[in-house]
Amino acid sequence: MDAVNRKQLKILACKARMGIVEGVYNAKSGHPGGSLSCVDIITYLYFNHMNVDPIDPKNENRDRFVLSKGHAAPALYAVLALKGYFPMEWIKTLRKSDSNLQGHPSIKYTPGVDMCTGSLGQGISAACGMALGAKLAGKDFRVYTILGDGEIQEGQVWEAAMYASAKGLDNLVAVVDNNNLQIDGTVAEVNSPYPIAEKFKAFGWNVIEIDAHSFDEIDAAFNAAREFKGKPTCIVAKSIKGKGVSYMEDKVNWHGVAPKQEEYEQAMQELNAALAELEA
Amino acid sequence: MADVVKTATRDAYGKALVELGAINDKVVVLDADLAAATKTGMFKKEFPDRFIDSGICESNMMGVAAGLATTGYVVFASSFAMFAAGRAFEQVRNSIGYPHLNVKIGATHAGISVGEDGASHQCCEDIGLMRTIPGMTIINPADAVEARAAVLAAAEYDGPVYMRFGRLAVPCVFDESYKFEWGKAPVLSEGKDVTICATGLMVNEAVEAKKLLAEEGIDAEIINVHTIKPLDSETILASAAKTGCVVTAEEHNIIGGLGSAVCEALCEGGSPVPVVRVGVNDMFGKSGPAVELLHIYGLDAANIAAKAKAAIALKK
Repeated sequence: MDAVNRKQLKILACKARMGIVEGVYNAKSGHPGGSLSCVDIITYLYFNHMNVDPIDPKNENRDRFVLSKGHAAPALYAVLALKGYFPMEWIKTLRKSDSNLQGHPSIKYTPGVDMCTGSLGQGISAACGMALGAKLAGKDFRVYTILGDGEIQEGQVWEAAMYASAKGLDNLVAVVDNNNLQIDGTVAEVNSPYPIAEKFKAFGWNVIEIDAHSFDEIDAAFNAAREFKGKPTCIVAKSIKGKGVSYMEDKVNWHGVAPKQEEYEQAMQELNAALAELEA
Repeated sequence: MADVVKTATRDAYGKALVELGAINDKVVVLDADLAAATKTGMFKKEFPDRFIDSGICESNMMGVAAGLATTGYVVFASSFAMFAAGRAFEQVRNSIGYPHLNVKIGATHAGISVGEDGASHQCCEDIGLMRTIPGMTIINPADAVEARAAVLAAAEYDGPVYMRFGRLAVPCVFDESYKFEWGKAPVLSEGKDVTICATGLMVNEAVEAKKLLAEEGIDAEIINVHTIKPLDSETILASAAKTGCVVTAEEHNIIGGLGSAVCEALCEGGSPVPVVRVGVNDMFGKSGPAVELLHIYGLDAANIAAKAKAAIALKK
C-alpha cells in the first residue's frame, strides 16, 4: 500500500468515525465503541478491496459483506454512505421510526446491506451460505464477515467455523474484531474466548493476526487471504474499542450508550482535528 | 381396508425433491445428518452436487440456507420438526423470516406419530412457533399426493415456507387428479351440521369421522386446511356460518396450531360459533407404536366424531 492510498483510507475512516458519532448521537442510542473498533476494516473493504458498486448494489457477482456483529451498524452505514449507496443525510436518521437505517443491519431497508444481522452468531452462517453459493455457481465472488470477540462465545459461530473449513470455503474471510470488551466486562472476565487464533486454527482455518487499525497490516492480511487456497481465512484483528474518540477508547461503558451533547461536541472536535491533520 | 395404500408424506417429499431437481437446477437441498430419515437422501443420490450435508448443526444450517438463498438458489433445508422449528427457531426467525428469503424448510417427523422415539422427538409445537413469524407460509399436507403437490408449488413461490411432513405411512386421501391451490383451504366434503377443519394426517381421520357421524344422521362438512398460514378464513367463516359449529383436528398441541388459528379467524370474523379442538392436549407424548399413540392421544376418527357431537351440543 502506497502513502497516498494509506492517507486516503485514513481520511475516509476518520469521516466514517464522524458518521458513527453523528448517527449514535442523533439516535440517542446505539453502539459507538464496537463500531469505532471495526470501522477501519470496513472502510478498507469497501474502498480498497471488495468488488462492489453502489450504483448496482444487487449485482450477482459482487463480493458480499456480512456484519455478523450487527450492533456495529453505525460503522457500516457510515461507510456505505461515504461509498455512495445512499445520502450522508440518512446518518442523522439512524434508529428513527421513519428511517432506512435500522438499529441493526437489514436488507429490507438499506441499499448495500447484504444480510439481516444483529442476533449474534448468525451472520457467519449466512456468510458461509453465500460462499457456498459462489462455489456451487462457479463464481469467483468472495464473502467477508466481521464478528465480535464477545460474539464468538455463541455456539453457532463454532458450528459455522467447523462447516466453513469442512466445506473448503476459501472464498470466505471472517474477521474477529478483538477489542477485548463486551457489555459485562472484558471478554476474558466474562467467558474467555482466548486463545482465539488457536481455536480457529484447530477448526481448520488459515489464521492471520493483525493490528485492526493499521491499514498496511489490514491490506496485507486481506491480500494474503485472497491468495490462500483450500481453507477459509480468519483475521484476528487486535483493536481498540472506541478507537478515535479519546474518552471512549478501551472503555467498557461505551459499548451501548450514546454521547451526550458535550461528549458529542468533544468527539467531533477531536475527529475534525484529526481530519484536518490528515488533509494538511 | 387391507388394500389401502399407505405412504408417509416424508417419502413424497423426497420423491418430489428429485422431480424438482430434474426441472430446476437452482434447487439445492441441505440436511443435518438425517438424509435417510427425512428422505432427502433420494435427492442426494440423484443430484449429489446440489446436496450439502450440514452435519448435526441445525442452527448453522438455517443460516447457511439463508445465505445461499441470497445468491439465487431455491434452498430446501431439512431436519426433524423438533430441530428445524424448535432448535433453530431463532435462526429461522432472524436469518430467514426477517429478510423473507427463499428458503423452504422441510420438517419431517412432526407430531406424536414419530412413535417410539418418544417425547424428545415428538414435536407438537412447530406450527405454533412458525405461525408467529411474520411472512412465514405453513403447509401441512394430508397425504403423499398433497405433499408432492405442495413441494412443487413451494418451489415456485418466492419466500419462506415451512412444510410439515410425517414419519408414519398414512392412507392417501387424494388421487393423482388432485390440484393444490396455494393459500386455499378447500372444502373436501360438504355437510350442514358441523364443520371439521382438519390438517395433516387428521384429514383422513376426519373423512372416517364423517362416516361415523353419518351413521347417526349427522352431516359433517370437512375442510382440508393444508395451509395453516396464511389461513383461508373466508372458506372457514362461510362454512361455520352454515353449520353453526366447528371441530378442529390436528396432530399438534391444541395451543398455537390450527385450533388457535381457526378460533382467531372465527372470533375476528364477527360471528364466532362453538369450537372444540382435537389435538394433543397440552402435554408431552411418550414412546409407543405410532398408531397406538394416535389413539391414546385421541387423534383419531372416533374422537373427532365424539367432539363433533360435543360441538353440536354447544350450539344455541
